[in-house]
Amino acid sequence: MTSHNTHSAAKQSNASLGLWLYIMTDIMVFASLFATYVILRHGTNGGPDASEIFNLELILVSTFLLLFSSLTSGMANIAARSGNARGALVWLGATITLGIGFLTLELYEFGELILHGHGPAHSAFLSAFFVLVGTHGLHILIGIIWAIALGDYISKKGLTPDGVRRLGLFTIFWHFLDLVWIFIFTVVYLLGAIT
Amino acid sequence: MKRLVRLSILPLAISGFIVLFWLLLKDVTIDVLQPTGQIAQEQRTLLIFTLALSALVVLPVFTLLSIFAYKYREGRGADYTPEQEGSYKLEALWWGIPIIIIFVLALITWSTSNSLDPYKKIESNNETVSVQVVALQWKWLFIYPDHGVASVNELPMPVDHPVHFKLAADAPMSAFWIPSLGSQVYSMNGMSSELNLIANKIGEYKGYNTNINGQGYAEMQFTARVTSHDEFERWVEQTRTSEETLTMNNYETLANPDTIEEPLFYRLGDTQLYDKILAKYMHSMPHTPDQPETHDHSMHQHGGH
Amino acid sequence: MDWSWFIGRFSAEYLPSDPATIGAAIGMPLGIIAVLAAITYFKKWSYLWNEWITTVDAKKIGIMYMGIAILMLLRGGADALMLRAQTAVAPSGVELFDTDTFQQVFTAHGSIMIFFVAMGAMFGLINIALPLLLGARDVAYPFLNSVSFWLFFAGMVIINISLVVGGFSNGGWLGYPPLTGLEYNPGPGVDYWIWALQISGIGSLLSGINFTVTILKHRAPGMTLMKMPIFAWSVLVSMVLVMLAFPVLTATLAMLSLDRLADMHFFTSDGGGNPMLYVNLIWAWGHPEVYILILPAFGIFSEVIATFARKKIFGYVTMVAALLAIMFLSFVVWQHHFFTMGAGANVNAFFGIMTMIIAIPTGVKLFNWIFTLYKGNIRFTAPMIWFMCFAFSFTIGGVTGVLMAVPALDFQVHNTMFLVAHFHNVIIGGVLFGFFAGIYYWWPKVFGFRLHDASGKLAAYLWLGGFILAFMPLYVLGLMGAVRRIDTYSDPTWQPLFIVSAIGVGVIALGVVTMVLGAIYSIWKRKELADTDGDPWDGRTLEWSVPSPAPHYNFAITPQVTRRDEWWYQKKNGIKPPQKSDYVDIHLPKNTAAGVYIAIAAGLAGMGLIWHIWWLVAVALIGLIWIVLQRTFNDDTEYTLTAQQLYELDRKASL
Repeated sequence: MTSHNTHSAAKQSNASLGLWLYIMTDIMVFASLFATYVILRHGTNGGPDASEIFNLELILVSTFLLLFSSLTSGMANIAARSGNARGALVWLGATITLGIGFLTLELYEFGELILHGHGPAHSAFLSAFFVLVGTHGLHILIGIIWAIALGDYISKKGLTPDGVRRLGLFTIFWHFLDLVWIFIFTVVYLLGAIT
Repeated sequence: MKRLVRLSILPLAISGFIVLFWLLLKDVTIDVLQPTGQIAQEQRTLLIFTLALSALVVLPVFTLLSIFAYKYREGRGADYTPEQEGSYKLEALWWGIPIIIIFVLALITWSTSNSLDPYKKIESNNETVSVQVVALQWKWLFIYPDHGVASVNELPMPVDHPVHFKLAADAPMSAFWIPSLGSQVYSMNGMSSELNLIANKIGEYKGYNTNINGQGYAEMQFTARVTSHDEFERWVEQTRTSEETLTMNNYETLANPDTIEEPLFYRLGDTQLYDKILAKYMHSMPHTPDQPETHDHSMHQHGGH
Repeated sequence: MDWSWFIGRFSAEYLPSDPATIGAAIGMPLGIIAVLAAITYFKKWSYLWNEWITTVDAKKIGIMYMGIAILMLLRGGADALMLRAQTAVAPSGVELFDTDTFQQVFTAHGSIMIFFVAMGAMFGLINIALPLLLGARDVAYPFLNSVSFWLFFAGMVIINISLVVGGFSNGGWLGYPPLTGLEYNPGPGVDYWIWALQISGIGSLLSGINFTVTILKHRAPGMTLMKMPIFAWSVLVSMVLVMLAFPVLTATLAMLSLDRLADMHFFTSDGGGNPMLYVNLIWAWGHPEVYILILPAFGIFSEVIATFARKKIFGYVTMVAALLAIMFLSFVVWQHHFFTMGAGANVNAFFGIMTMIIAIPTGVKLFNWIFTLYKGNIRFTAPMIWFMCFAFSFTIGGVTGVLMAVPALDFQVHNTMFLVAHFHNVIIGGVLFGFFAGIYYWWPKVFGFRLHDASGKLAAYLWLGGFILAFMPLYVLGLMGAVRRIDTYSDPTWQPLFIVSAIGVGVIALGVVTMVLGAIYSIWKRKELADTDGDPWDGRTLEWSVPSPAPHYNFAITPQVTRRDEWWYQKKNGIKPPQKSDYVDIHLPKNTAAGVYIAIAAGLAGMGLIWHIWWLVAVALIGLIWIVLQRTFNDDTEYTLTAQQLYELDRKASL
């Protein structure tokens, strides 16, 4: 039995180290995209630049949605650790809802831009913008799918050690996406509005 | 006997290689090592110096490796000391000596990067000739804006006169290189790079494209024809009266992807031609220091839809 | 009826038309069918499926990596022969291949050699040796390891499909836009290149994480970082570089493919795009990549030399320091790949000097190896001969590398045959020779018998001789003005040098044949070459403490480590035979096919993206997500080997 416990503790520390390293690689992906965005943002091809197209109110709303979802995912984690399966599921559900809300707003923003002829094929600036923000959105989508599968798992099997471990990992990932968004918000939207 | 054969294999092989390479190289011209221009000349000196400096590390490596491999091979039992961990003195030596060598090389790198900077104008009492180079698929267009002429795949140059090149491409990224004269530089769409060369000896030198830009890449060569200044002037006069005029219109035909056998010569019908070619791609390029004043108007409208 | 919704942009014009390609197009499927038929005939499917395809055992995955790497070495080698044959006869007016084919061949040669030979052999050897050297039972994530391998396999399949259908990229192995952009290259070739690299690159990225965690978390008790074998250090540094560099490749290839698929403007000449950005990004990956490959090779030599000189590695601490120095420096040198792009003199000088500084730690390693031989008792087995050949070749490559690091000199040799000779000098003479040494060294540990030694030495001499013949002329040709990637030239004085170079490639091919025949001979004579006690070289590190071939659980009893070269000193101090009570229950991962399924889905998505078959992309991606979720939420992935079973297995293996 002790052998099994140490084994599962090792698995836990393995998995979290792996996740952190994965996050480091993901930071490199985002770093490449940020660098590209910064270099290409003046390549507007006669089209709009950053100050002309962003709807800052919308972005502010979606930023709050994401910040709150970070909070709710943290609550889900706390609930899971204290053995409260129901609470964990409720908070996870809230996280998923907020995530979907965020994604909906992002798709709305993209749709508006494309409808106004400012699609990613128009200029280097727009390509870099869509891909940087879109890559973050893709991560959010993956996070939502992960969270739904996690919720399904916990509702079926309860808070098994594996379940709690996975929820912990998910929370780290979700906070990381929040952090990336803060950077996007600053570099793309705020600096874009200022210049 | 067997031992003799084994011992003689290595010297034999080495002499074999030496003889082979001597045979291969005794009659050939090695452009980079037989330069005809001041820049390439300085680069050759630098090459030899760097090689000599490297030899300071390479020779000890080869010598020690050979001696140790021979002396401490199995069965000799020569003072075998398996517990030797290392030696701070020795290790400091082979951190230290390379650091000194690289330090010297770094100083030289710094100074030659500046003195042989392709963008740096060459000082000379003779007047500098300006040439605008456009890499096309797959030929080289040379525009002499001050002389009102242009040529394709042949680059006439007056001897001992510095030549200032501005280079661009209307093709995938290409690179311009005359090994006998020195330094190559990339030529790119919508970007003007620069290069300064001088030829100090009359003659014909091969020029190449060093960066793959499609099907005709290997054939994209030209001849730098270095002549006396008088002869160069005669060529300019002659070409200025030629019937073929190069303007943006027939430039577009010239720019079609193909290779040509014989060089072409033109009277320059449009002194802004180079800037116009650049502007084809330069619409709102980020950070272009020397954007030309004249924008192609049609491009503007096309871009703004 | 319009089938384009179903087959994308595929049409009959993409079927092969010239004789060479038709030959390949017929031969390759026939060969595959023959292999599949043989498997069916000998009823080996279930063996193959249970023992190999679904395995999560690092050693078996390693063997599969090696197998693919060697197969691809033959393919890439055939490419090399074609290239040099063409340049040998070009001025005589003979055209063996048209220019387009030639350009595809050198692109394929470079891509295959780096991504599928060098990377494959590297991950193969790491899989085989690393857990054993660490005293670990397996890698940190055995399933992820299987995913990595099968993604690598999928990339390999994609690159080879291009041979038959649609053609490959003709834009060089790093595919600079705008040449590889939609404007100049609309066909599927560049997309094949992108997706073969992208899919196998993601596999490499996952491996990077996997091996890093393995080293940080799975060392045997008592093995502190400074007690690790140098090979483990070299892998750690290399894998950190993988984690930092490969994401840049992923992002860059993704952006290039979006330029091509969605008409975006990252790297286009028009629309505000910036091709120079691509060149910067691809080398921000590309330069570390060189060190990713060479550092494990350095690590292998460190083990090989210590073992065969029967001596501790000289200057362990400086060896580690040198590795770390190279790791940091490798990220501040990428600009030296394009000094001629017109950056300022000081920028060029900075990157040039940084590049030269790398020569210092590299030189330190070389001197430490040489002084490991000093006062040693050296056995010149095949791995040692590979080292000697490496020391010669790599040193020359290092010198020409320093030459090219001086920007003012690089202006005269950049993108010429001189450059081609230089990087082959370090990649063949450094990376490949290192991996070959590793193959001869660790072969008995996984197969239970040694490789025939004399054939290994002969192969090394042929490789070195062939190398000199093939590449020394290229150095000279570069100085004569021969630029890289040309299929034809007008100067007849170049021809003799090109002919000698072609002969050199032929000699290298003989070296490859010698290795293959040597391996076949060794398999035939495996009884005589058998490794009976698991320690054929009188080794120093833990992998030699277990029987050969190493059992799937690696170590029946987790070893306790007290010092470097643990096994060497255990042997000196006398080994206590294990008691039955020393055995405890162990948990091992179950085999799974999920890795293969994931790779199949990824490969199909890649093919869909290459041919614009959108329904296939959608189906494959949904399938991929579904498989990943199934696997992620599967709690039943391990089984237990009881102490009793383990005890019996171990007794059987030791007999």
